[in-house]
Amino acid sequence: MNFKLSTEQLEMREMAMKFAKNELIPKAQEYDEKEIFPEQEFKKAWELGLVNTCIPAEYGGAGFSALDSVVIGEALAYGCMGMNTSFMANDLALLPIVIAGTHEQKEKFLRPFTEEFKIAAFCLTEPGNGSDAAGIKTTIKDGGDHWILNGSKMWITNASKAHQFVVYGTMDPALKHKGLCAVVVPADLEGIVMGKKEEKMGHRSSDTRSIQFENVKVPKENMLGRPGEAWSIAMKTLDHSRPLVASSAVGGSQRALDCVKEYSKQRAQFGVPIAKHQAIQFMIADIAMKTEASRLLVHKAAWMLDNGERNTEIASYAKAFAADSCMQNTTDAVQIYGGYGYSKEYPVEKLMRDAKLIQIYEGTSQIQRLVIAREVLGK
Amino acid sequence: MNIFVCVKQVPDTETKVQPNADGTFIETTSIKWIMNPYDEFAVEQALLVKADNPGSTVTVVRVGGVKDTEALRTALAMGADDAVLVEAEDNLDSYTIAKALKGGIEKTGKQPDVIFAGKQGIDDDALQVPQVLAQMLDFPAVSVIVGYEKSGDNISVKREIEGGALEVYEVSTPCVLATNKGINTPRYASLPGIMKAKRKPMQQLSLADVGVSEDDKRLKYSDFRLPPEKPPGKKFDATDEAKQQEVVAEVVKLLREEAKVL
Repeated sequence: MNFKLSTEQLEMREMAMKFAKNELIPKAQEYDEKEIFPEQEFKKAWELGLVNTCIPAEYGGAGFSALDSVVIGEALAYGCMGMNTSFMANDLALLPIVIAGTHEQKEKFLRPFTEEFKIAAFCLTEPGNGSDAAGIKTTIKDGGDHWILNGSKMWITNASKAHQFVVYGTMDPALKHKGLCAVVVPADLEGIVMGKKEEKMGHRSSDTRSIQFENVKVPKENMLGRPGEAWSIAMKTLDHSRPLVASSAVGGSQRALDCVKEYSKQRAQFGVPIAKHQAIQFMIADIAMKTEASRLLVHKAAWMLDNGERNTEIASYAKAFAADSCMQNTTDAVQIYGGYGYSKEYPVEKLMRDAKLIQIYEGTSQIQRLVIAREVLGK
Repeated sequence: MNIFVCVKQVPDTETKVQPNADGTFIETTSIKWIMNPYDEFAVEQALLVKADNPGSTVTVVRVGGVKDTEALRTALAMGADDAVLVEAEDNLDSYTIAKALKGGIEKTGKQPDVIFAGKQGIDDDALQVPQVLAQMLDFPAVSVIVGYEKSGDNISVKREIEGGALEVYEVSTPCVLATNKGINTPRYASLPGIMKAKRKPMQQLSLADVGVSEDDKRLKYSDFRLPPEKPPGKKFDATDEAKQQEVVAEVVKLLREEAKVL
């Protein structure tokens, strides 16, 4: 048993934190306010090897473990949860290829991401279904020498910036999860129509849109697995992606903790810094405790993956606990800052807005509990 | 070219420094070490020179404790080729460090063309090692450089002087150049760089290996103490207009007799 990160992991964290502090934090407020996509920061992060951490060494990646990638993810989210959503979406959209792609598909769809800066997007959710992934209406039909893709997708991160999509659809909606298929769709194919940019509460620097696929002809060799196999691909992808998304919540919590540590020592009320008041101390203690507990769950979920253990249950613990804790922690941070916390002049109101989304995307906190209950009680 | 960089490991700038138990140095057990920030400019400059001169190597040399080798690992992760670590306690004086650096450089068997170093360590701020090292090697040295350019067989460097003016020196090689902030923007160590750094060679030597003995030490540190805490300032209430004359007289008296500034 060893809770210590390796020297290498500590160095990666150090470097990623330096990047977050120097490159992301100074821009976070402005990009949030003006909804600016972090193109420069994304590219810089790519140059430094901070994104696409899921690509195996065989295909030009750095060969990171899942634990490495959550350590890096936490640091980037510390800089800005919103920008990290854009960065992380690349991994979410590449993971299905890592998990289910053939050697040829990996060469074709992963390696280019290691050779030049490219953006990817993952298209699962639709206007009519989010949590109910098996209820997908988008269709992928056999068109002879290609697949024909039709349907609309909703809340797609990186949509208008992406060079490549992974799109989930069904051969026949009546088959429910047994009919699901996943295809890799290059962004330059005809028939891909972007919706308008969503105006969001938080993560405002990330580009979120609906996408319409209208008779898009997708090459036959772009299907991941066999038709009807995409449900199991999606489930395996979630085992990898949930710890990663949860690490973003840990980064947000740590940032909230560092903010209140600093502020509570400066702000004086009743003649002493507010950090001397027990009411404030208890809130800070709770933030610290929940942040570390979240981190441990995330690390364990990643560690299990690296050690070939089934992590579905723990990954859902990590996702729900880290996201819910981040919401509570950032809300408490606003409370500790008082009136200033509610003002955009200070960083914590943005943390609170950003935290909310992590309870929603990549499986809501309620869906995580469904998964957990199913695992705990048996099917 | 054989490019060398001398780096120092210093306490992180946010460290709360405390004297150790016997007052001979600062307490180092819980310190988070970083590469001396001025040395980051030196490493970056060495890497830029290497990029302009294919076939060159960058060797980083450090004298200090071995428990944490953060500074060397950072330099290797940024792109340096190999490292030399001369194991020593962390409180050596500038002369001893320079002598150990010289020994460490010589042990590599490579003839240096340029030796870069930061102009000063941000811990003891002695600003001496690069010049002392140059003297020992009989190389020319320029410190506080903010510009580097090739000039035929020589190197043209810019040096900052009082009032923001610049001096330009033409230096022959081999030489020692001590960098200041502004010469470049140090790169981040990339993640693949961090992973590669592990496999790069790091030669570990003792002070005896590089010909340094107890007799070389020019300075002995004793009696490290924190500065006395500042007494709180005095406040005078002058809201009552009738008493203002009195208060002013009192303040003037204290300024003259206690603070002794009048």
